[in-house]
Amino acid sequence: MAEATHDAVHQHEPPKSFIRKYIFSLDHKVIGIQYILLALSAVVVGMLMSVLMRVNLSWPGTHIKIMETLFPTGAPGGVMSPEFYLSLVTMHGTIMVFFVLTTAPQGGFGNYFLPIQIGAEDMAFPFLNMMSFWVTFVGFLVLLLAIFAEGNATVGAWFTKLGEALGSPGAWAGGSGTVGPIGGWTGYAPLSALGKVAGPGQGAGVNLWIISIAIFCVGSLLGALNFITTLLNMRTRGMTLMRMPLTCWAWFTTAVLALLSFPVLLGGGILLLLDRIAGTSFFIPGNLYVSGALQPLHTGGSPLLWQHLFWFFGHPEVYIAILPGMGATSHILSTFARKPIFGYRAMVFAIFAIGMLGFFVWGHHMFISGMSPYSAIAFSVLTLSIGVPSAIKTFNWIGTLWGARIRFTTPMLFAIGFVSLFVAGGITGLVLGQTSLDFFFHDTYFVTAHFHLVMGVASIFGMFAATYFWFPKMFGRMMNESLGKFHFWITFIGVYAIFVPFHAMGMLGMPRRYANFGEYEFLKNSHSLVLFVTIAAIITVAVQIVFYFNFFWSMFKGKRATDNPWEATTLEWTTATPPPHDNFAGQIPAVYRGPYEFSVPGAPKDFMMQNEPEAAEVAATLGDTSGNGGNGQH
Amino acid sequence: MAATVSTERVIDAPVGTGPRSGNGFPKNGGGRFGKDGEPLQFSPSRYRIAAWVVIAGIVMLFTALISSYIVRSASGNDWVPIAMPKVLWLSTSLILLSSVTMEISRRSLKALNDAGYGRWLIVTVVLGLGFLGSQLMAWRQLVRQGVYIASNPHSSFFYLFTAAHGVHLLGGLVALSFLLLRTTKKRDTAEGELRRVGAADAGTIYWHFMDGLWIGLFLLLFFWR
Repeated sequence: MAEATHDAVHQHEPPKSFIRKYIFSLDHKVIGIQYILLALSAVVVGMLMSVLMRVNLSWPGTHIKIMETLFPTGAPGGVMSPEFYLSLVTMHGTIMVFFVLTTAPQGGFGNYFLPIQIGAEDMAFPFLNMMSFWVTFVGFLVLLLAIFAEGNATVGAWFTKLGEALGSPGAWAGGSGTVGPIGGWTGYAPLSALGKVAGPGQGAGVNLWIISIAIFCVGSLLGALNFITTLLNMRTRGMTLMRMPLTCWAWFTTAVLALLSFPVLLGGGILLLLDRIAGTSFFIPGNLYVSGALQPLHTGGSPLLWQHLFWFFGHPEVYIAILPGMGATSHILSTFARKPIFGYRAMVFAIFAIGMLGFFVWGHHMFISGMSPYSAIAFSVLTLSIGVPSAIKTFNWIGTLWGARIRFTTPMLFAIGFVSLFVAGGITGLVLGQTSLDFFFHDTYFVTAHFHLVMGVASIFGMFAATYFWFPKMFGRMMNESLGKFHFWITFIGVYAIFVPFHAMGMLGMPRRYANFGEYEFLKNSHSLVLFVTIAAIITVAVQIVFYFNFFWSMFKGKRATDNPWEATTLEWTTATPPPHDNFAGQIPAVYRGPYEFSVPGAPKDFMMQNEPEAAEVAATLGDTSGNGGNGQH
Repeated sequence: MAATVSTERVIDAPVGTGPRSGNGFPKNGGGRFGKDGEPLQFSPSRYRIAAWVVIAGIVMLFTALISSYIVRSASGNDWVPIAMPKVLWLSTSLILLSSVTMEISRRSLKALNDAGYGRWLIVTVVLGLGFLGSQLMAWRQLVRQGVYIASNPHSSFFYLFTAAHGVHLLGGLVALSFLLLRTTKKRDTAEGELRRVGAADAGTIYWHFMDGLWIGLFLLLFFWR
């Protein structure tokens, strides 16, 4: 018989109790939603921090009543101290990169849709999947604890006591009044390795920051193990690698990147923690003069070693954030252009090429570290070569849109926005990837502009697109289109209004991470620019309330969704909405065709589901159009 | 015909035809379907793939640590190699031997010798525990000499490497203990057999890797200058 049906596909019975169903669930769909909710919570914290930073930059010396109440030491009289600002920079970066950009695209949407799209009942190891979320969640709690360990006198005192008990009082000193550690999300050694002596925000908060990231690494590795095994082992019949949706390729590549890069960060984090609490000297050089005193306990460590370890992880991490967005964008563009994705094979190779090249370019973050010019040239050339697969992808996205009868739904708008932001942010990568230019732009707002556009906002747009696209499948109801379009246009204009001026500031030489520019003569005239960005940021952040409202309101009050509201082709749209516990109610689908068969010539309707066998016969009579070359335009 | 779970005792199937045949990935590319397109309830490849994925992750962790070792050994003039605790020869012999017994155990299972499988598994676990004990003795020897983690970079790396390897080996011991618990549970179905064989293969792959990793670390710490 054609359909691969059999009785015993249930890997585990649907759970009955509330805790097993919604809290400690083994179901990849519930775990995916848990990840998305975690990211939706974390992003609020990260966004509020960025607003606080903008307020401080535009109106230095503003009294903010609530800050005085919350952080009496870090913001005396409600006025933000420079140290407080630096800790905001650190926590904003850490929360956004790890708990938003890494959790939602991969842990959230990947978890929910990878098994369904390949026709599996669940992930290969449901228990590890559950662990991966809860480990990540604990990592987030530890990161929040870092805020209070530095910012709250009471909690800080606990850690000071703990440090005395452990025999490393300097490393665990708490209550310095900042909101968490200082050091940027990159935590450069040696200052991050010294403890209290390096200044405020260098005590218990940094330990907790390192521990949080280490826990996060473990959670991500469990996730990567599941993704890779599931994709290799659990594809349904007929789901060959080259018939997988591009989303699956993106999640798979991302999982490979996570698998190979997070252990390196974990290793670096262990070394850093040992330097802080066990008195080793991996990253701390001898004769180090810090805070007006020689640091006598250490000898011979290499601060640059930390940078190498960190960026060997850090650069692949950038792709971990954006590759799922690329996958979702490809998927959504094809669906609403009603055309096969242009150059499916090229897209697959490009996504893999970007992922693999990402492991050989970490040195471009370190051009000014005094590396040999020959190494710098090698890193530079490799960096620029990433432009090739990136251009292939952009070309193919435009090729997909070319001449199409586009359906401008909200997910489609966000997907097109992704392409725009990816190009706008990526193009400056070619500028920064050149050593000579980087010497000027390094540590200016130009860099901030580059990575916020390409890694931050573009990835977020990918996730917005994914949210609007898959929401009906996840919750059985449609999100409101009008609110969605309003959200899109303000956000799209808003992020450009924020980050385009950043480029100009960078060219003026405005350094990143500074709490105040008032003292610099050459930046006096740029205050209006700073103010403009702040206003744009506040408006853009405020508009996100519309998104949150739309999200939660639609969950209960939205229009009921059909099984396939977008007339899409992949397997998640063949099953019920929302999908049953084992995804396909025991009827595992078989796959007969590629993922993007829209407007197939001679076909009865303009889309062919992957599990439609009749169409295979139709295609056979017309000659082989089941590949991905036909663009369906006549 | 739809595949139902077979209830016949596949254990009695001749060698090379049952689910115990083969030594790695099946010919169908690791998917869930047999050669004839019949869906399998469970593919044993899942465990083997997972073992290799885990190994890739651990390799990257140790690549980072070993690179740090090499960089650090050249970055300062404070590098004083510690004298090798003699008990490390015992550790090394124990873990080498445990790899052999693990392999015997796996082959016993493939040869349909369940009793042998369980017996050699126990021997392997005991040898693994012996290895960990021996490593702890090496630590004690160093502490007695006054060599601590912060004493100098070489001792820092020694403690770090042995601890990181020990933690992963402990994970392996937990996995082997699970295999051991399962030997007492009779699983007559084809799926039960597949799970058992897949898990035993994965455990063996991981255990050999732990062995090889230790040999590598041992050579790096005391024979690479």
